[in-house]
Amino acid sequence: MSNIVRPYGDTLDDGKVQLSFTLPVPDGAKGREAARKLVLSWGFKDCEVVHSNPLADEFSFYIAYGKSEASIDYESVVADEATEAAYLSMDEVNEFIKAKIGRKVVVVGACTGFDAHTVGIDAIMNMKGYNHHFGLERYTELETYNLGAQVPNEKLIEFAQKVNADAILVSQVVTQKEVHVSNMTQFVELLEAKGIRNRFICIAGGPRIGNKLAVELGYDVGFGKGSYADHVATFIVRKLVEKMGN
Amino acid sequence: MKEKLGLSRDRIAEARELAERICAPVMDFVEAHSSVTVERATLRLAGADDANADGVPVPNLVVDRLRDRLEDGALKWYVNALLRQGGTVESLNRKIAEGLDVSSVPLGDEKAVRARADELVDRGFARIRAARERRDAMRAEWKGRNNDPLLYLIVATGNIHEDVKQAKAAAAQGADVIAVIRTTAQSLLDYVPYGATTEGFGGTYATQENFRIMRAALDGEAERQQRYILLTNYASGLCMPEIAAMGALERLDMMLNDSMYGILFRDINMYRTFVDQKFSRMINAVAGIIINTGEDNYLTTSDAYEKAHTVLASQFLNERFGFAAGLPAGLLGLGHAFELDPTMRNGFLYELAQAQMAREIFPDHPLKYMPPTKFMSGDIFRGLVMDSMFNFVSKATNQGIHLLGMLTEAIHTPFMMDRFIAVDNAKYVMNSIADFHDEVEFRKDGIIVRRARDVLEETIGFMKEIAGVSLFDSIEKGMFADVKRPKDGGKGLDGLVKKGPAYYNPLETRLKNEAGLR
Ligand code: B12
Repeated sequence: MSNIVRPYGDTLDDGKVQLSFTLPVPDGAKGREAARKLVLSWGFKDCEVVHSNPLADEFSFYIAYGKSEASIDYESVVADEATEAAYLSMDEVNEFIKAKIGRKVVVVGACTGFDAHTVGIDAIMNMKGYNHHFGLERYTELETYNLGAQVPNEKLIEFAQKVNADAILVSQVVTQKEVHVSNMTQFVELLEAKGIRNRFICIAGGPRIGNKLAVELGYDVGFGKGSYADHVATFIVRKLVEKMGN
Repeated sequence: MKEKLGLSRDRIAEARELAERICAPVMDFVEAHSSVTVERATLRLAGADDANADGVPVPNLVVDRLRDRLEDGALKWYVNALLRQGGTVESLNRKIAEGLDVSSVPLGDEKAVRARADELVDRGFARIRAARERRDAMRAEWKGRNNDPLLYLIVATGNIHEDVKQAKAAAAQGADVIAVIRTTAQSLLDYVPYGATTEGFGGTYATQENFRIMRAALDGEAERQQRYILLTNYASGLCMPEIAAMGALERLDMMLNDSMYGILFRDINMYRTFVDQKFSRMINAVAGIIINTGEDNYLTTSDAYEKAHTVLASQFLNERFGFAAGLPAGLLGLGHAFELDPTMRNGFLYELAQAQMAREIFPDHPLKYMPPTKFMSGDIFRGLVMDSMFNFVSKATNQGIHLLGMLTEAIHTPFMMDRFIAVDNAKYVMNSIADFHDEVEFRKDGIIVRRARDVLEETIGFMKEIAGVSLFDSIEKGMFADVKRPKDGGKGLDGLVKKGPAYYNPLETRLKNEAGLR
């Protein structure tokens, strides 16, 4: 069964899409025509530039509507978000650990590199949690260490080894110029160089981190916006049991 | 200014007395200490500049060699070397960059050193004064042509030449103030990089050359617009005083400069920060640079309703530390922010109350009002509405410096079009409520008046608590921004210097004189 869909404006399959962008050219009729042609070149069948404005001598701003005939078979789509999987509540996680692991599970987390954003990792780890989801610290069967922000990868790994961590949480918020990619990569490379990658469940998170990216970079999973401690705890305990089975 | 909240003047005065009590022991500590960056800032104002082949700046090359002799101050060694070597300051800088170790040059006649040091200090102050006079002249020439409040925009591409394009466009769109936000991690560098830079993450390196490039570009744009464009950077982190010094020389107009931000949000040691902030503020005072304090940041880690009193308390402390460094009210851009949860019932009234409260308690200060950030999301349409509400409150309560909110705050550092939309929004809202402030009063004992009174009362209670345990201890206990910092923890403590009995720093003495502290 397939289910072919297109963007919806006010009629099924009208394919209407709203766009806004800047061009490094002066505002004017020529700029608007350039904007229109550009939109058409992206595969839109129709384009109306509804607004333009100068931003500076050599820059102008455009709002345009395009009509797209492109479509997607909704049934063929596989979502790649770690939070989508059915997850356990805090109590269920604790019970799961007691029943299937039989010891406290150790979790170490930090916002790494030069990134100074703590609110994200705190939302996952601290007692208080976030948005009515308690943080990992409150889970009786977890032993957690939140190292805060601006933590060098070396330090985080050293600490994880010291406390014999089961899982390491890495938060990355600043993504400009792909700093997060190089920093996250360096973390995995360090683990691999020491031959201890497989000792830990490695979890990345942050507003611009997707599961796909995290897995590509060598993590077990990645959590983006809207993820909570329960998602993370569920992943950790399930993965741990899976690893114990091997 | 019309007072609308009926706040008790006695209670406000009491809060100011508490601030004095809280800050006094800190100032005693500060008096007895210097730091590596205070010494480097001193050298910079005396003419030290340039860097070696590895990019290590001359002020660092000097201070690093003197590391265990800093209790006497670094300047005399630099001046002594200058006398012994002959030639100009520039040629000495070159020699240091090429390897000359000033600490190995035997000390000569002390009187001669002092005389030459005085000349260098004179020269430094003459440059600062010239910059200040130039600014005054330009502002006088184009008086009345800036927006009120000043519209403030950030550029942050990482590349100074790209920043210039963005900044000129922002000014052309109507911004009065351009802030070049610093790159991630610069605050933790114990040196200021040298030269023009094109690589940065989430911001651009603050370097003296970058300051110069942006200043020239904005002056050009100002000329075109017949409107002075203010330039802002960050005198914060481990090099607070040096960046203030560079800003004073290159005519920056504003500096982010908070007495506690580095401690709380960058994990810089508290003693180091207090020492550095004082010196940097004296420089800002003499240079006529408006400081922007960072209270808005507290609300990113704490709840903006419950912790509103920590913002007001910090404003009182920043004011006190500012006065203690010679900054007049007119240069104290105390910070606050529109950060209440947008789903809160009557949230707008509370924002209005808190902004009006700040206005009435600090009537002569160019208050810096910050836009919503924490509750901005990927829903840029809703974000734009939140920014409009913020624009409304700002104009309706007569704020001084208005940092424009970006609809894409939760996504990326601003695109050129994001800034345009922000300026356009602010101009629309502010024009259509131009006289709202004079027109509207608040109901006696209504929600707004009560909220302001409650926050003031809570602030006094909170400050009493701090006064009871000392500011150092209250930071250690996490009383600000829910962040705990141990006294001997954090970065930069090893760069703190206890002044010896023979500590010599004529530049500091001169700063104190000119800032009216003696
Ligand atoms: C608060 C804030 C700050 C505060 C941080 C205070 C603190 N102690 O954390 C301060 C003022 C210090 C700050 C500084 C800077 N910031 Co800032 N900041 C923000 C802001 C407004 C909110 C971030 C936040 O707290 N969100 C709330 C939390 C709960 O959400 P979250 O982080 O996404 O976390 C959730 C998920 O992502 C996930 N998650 C996060 N981490 C992890 C980890 C794991 C393991 C898991 C499983 C899940 C997970 O779970 C959380 C709960 O759902 C955002 C803008 C915005 N509205 O998003 C900008 C923002 C993140 N900052 C930004 C920038 C550029 C900076 C600076 C670099 C600016 C500068 N040049 O100085 C500096 C950082 C310097 C440095 N060294 O890092 C940019 C990043 C742009 C980009 N994409 O690269 C943003 C987007 C603003 C912008 N538009 O420019 N910032």
